[in-house]
Amino acid sequence: MRYYNEKIETMSRDEMTALQSARLVDVVKRTYEGAPYFREKMDAIGLKPEDIKGIEDIAKLPFTTKADLRANYPFGCFAVPKSEIARVHASSGTTGKLTVVGLTNRDIDDWAECDARALVMAGCDKDDIVHVSYGYGLFTGGLGLHYGSEKLGSVTVPASAGNTMRQITLIKDFGATALACTPSYAMVIGEEIEKAGYDIKDFKLRVGIFGAEPWSENMKKEIERKLNITAYDIYGLSEISGPGVSMSCPYQCGLHVMEDFFYPEIVDPVTLQPVPDGTTGELVFTTLNKQGMPLIRYRTRDISALWHDKCECGRTLVRMKRVSGRTDDMLIIRGVNVFPSQIESVLMNIKEIVGSHYQIIVDRVGNLDTMEIQVELAPHAFSDEVKDVEAIRRRIEHDMMGNLGVGAKITLVSPDSLPLSEGKTVRIIDKRKI
Amino acid sequence: MLVNQVAVFLENRKGRLNALLGALSGAGVNIESLNIADTRDFGIVRLVTDDNDKAEAALKAAGFTTARGDLVGIEVADKPGSLTATLGKLSDEGVNLEYVYSYSRSGGKALILFKTDDVERAEALLK
Repeated sequence: MRYYNEKIETMSRDEMTALQSARLVDVVKRTYEGAPYFREKMDAIGLKPEDIKGIEDIAKLPFTTKADLRANYPFGCFAVPKSEIARVHASSGTTGKLTVVGLTNRDIDDWAECDARALVMAGCDKDDIVHVSYGYGLFTGGLGLHYGSEKLGSVTVPASAGNTMRQITLIKDFGATALACTPSYAMVIGEEIEKAGYDIKDFKLRVGIFGAEPWSENMKKEIERKLNITAYDIYGLSEISGPGVSMSCPYQCGLHVMEDFFYPEIVDPVTLQPVPDGTTGELVFTTLNKQGMPLIRYRTRDISALWHDKCECGRTLVRMKRVSGRTDDMLIIRGVNVFPSQIESVLMNIKEIVGSHYQIIVDRVGNLDTMEIQVELAPHAFSDEVKDVEAIRRRIEHDMMGNLGVGAKITLVSPDSLPLSEGKTVRIIDKRKI
Repeated sequence: MLVNQVAVFLENRKGRLNALLGALSGAGVNIESLNIADTRDFGIVRLVTDDNDKAEAALKAAGFTTARGDLVGIEVADKPGSLTATLGKLSDEGVNLEYVYSYSRSGGKALILFKTDDVERAEALLK
């Protein structure tokens, strides 16, 4: 199977624009009428739904942010009566309230369609066994892939996260061909397989569908090696829909956005003006077909870029660059912008440490920002001589300075002493009180 | 003579040395010599025990990173000047020492352990 929905996935640009225009006009009207917070936003700038005649008018519309969602917690952003809502999901913020979303039955079906398309992009079909190790529950990861895999007709294994040894037994015994989870959990599974002394050749895994946290190209290679698979990126956020908003194809040249459902824009995070194709900026989505909680120009805080040229896989769906970080994950250390993904790239190239396990601790001493990166010393690199261990530490500090343009203190810790969670890993501890 | 040593990576965190010692006593290992090299950020504990294999297994099981290696051990008289005379021979011949530590033994002798990258020459010179 090459495409799950060939008509949409290979649609000409003119046809897609016409579809998006019709859906935008409709969703703006529905949101204006159903969600008071959005009506107030439009009224405040004197904009009426009838002013929006097509996708070319999208920049006239106001942005929606996470703050809007929090201010209307829990159900204030819904655009339909509660009787129409079939399910809610919620994502935890590290600060503030949960972000709640509501889905109608049609929304759930659209989302399943996105994930079925995504699985086919990764080369899966009815004969595959899809092991879903994303968490099931309020988090959208588990149920998103689950419904997509069921819709496609693959054998779906709803393993959820946790109990890694049992997961490995299931993956091996059932002969799972596809694994869906966060990249950091894929790493944990790979490491546990090695530690348990299994040979990865005895597994049938072929592809991995990984998302929900930014990861570096090097980490991807490492997971591919450990699990003997091809790794695909899946992108999503609960506010827009869970995983399946976009997905990478075998040509690995970005992620195809399901743009008949989710209209993407890239804007300059400071001026909020749209930027041309290929330019990096903040990703903004409008949910064109959502009923329960449609969002207009929702600022994701994720950093990406768009390309509209056709992909070799035959899909015409616009591609977005793998998310390299978030505007709110970006650390400003002594005035220098630092993304955790940059740090990860440097660490993955150093053989004397376990590069995928690290923690960044930022603090302010006096008026000066300090950054400490804790990394795990690999057992094979340990020596009884201080100068050898110190040399490793200093070399990492040197590489980090060269790549980040700002100094970081490297602290070596014992293997397996840093947390690597089953879901999203907390990598940054910012102790600064600014 | 060659003396086998277990080196252990020690994070600069509260309670780590205690955990290390606990792992050894829990395995019934007796420590014959203990030396700690410390930097601002980490330490390296160097141990000679009555059963280094058992000691290393217990430390690994407790999550410690270890490395094994051989040191040159010499017995010197427990009185002023005896170490100077012995190590002076190595210095005169240009044999470098990476580190040295010792422990006193009963019977008027002290055992000196040192790490060198030229074990053969060191042993020959000290015969």
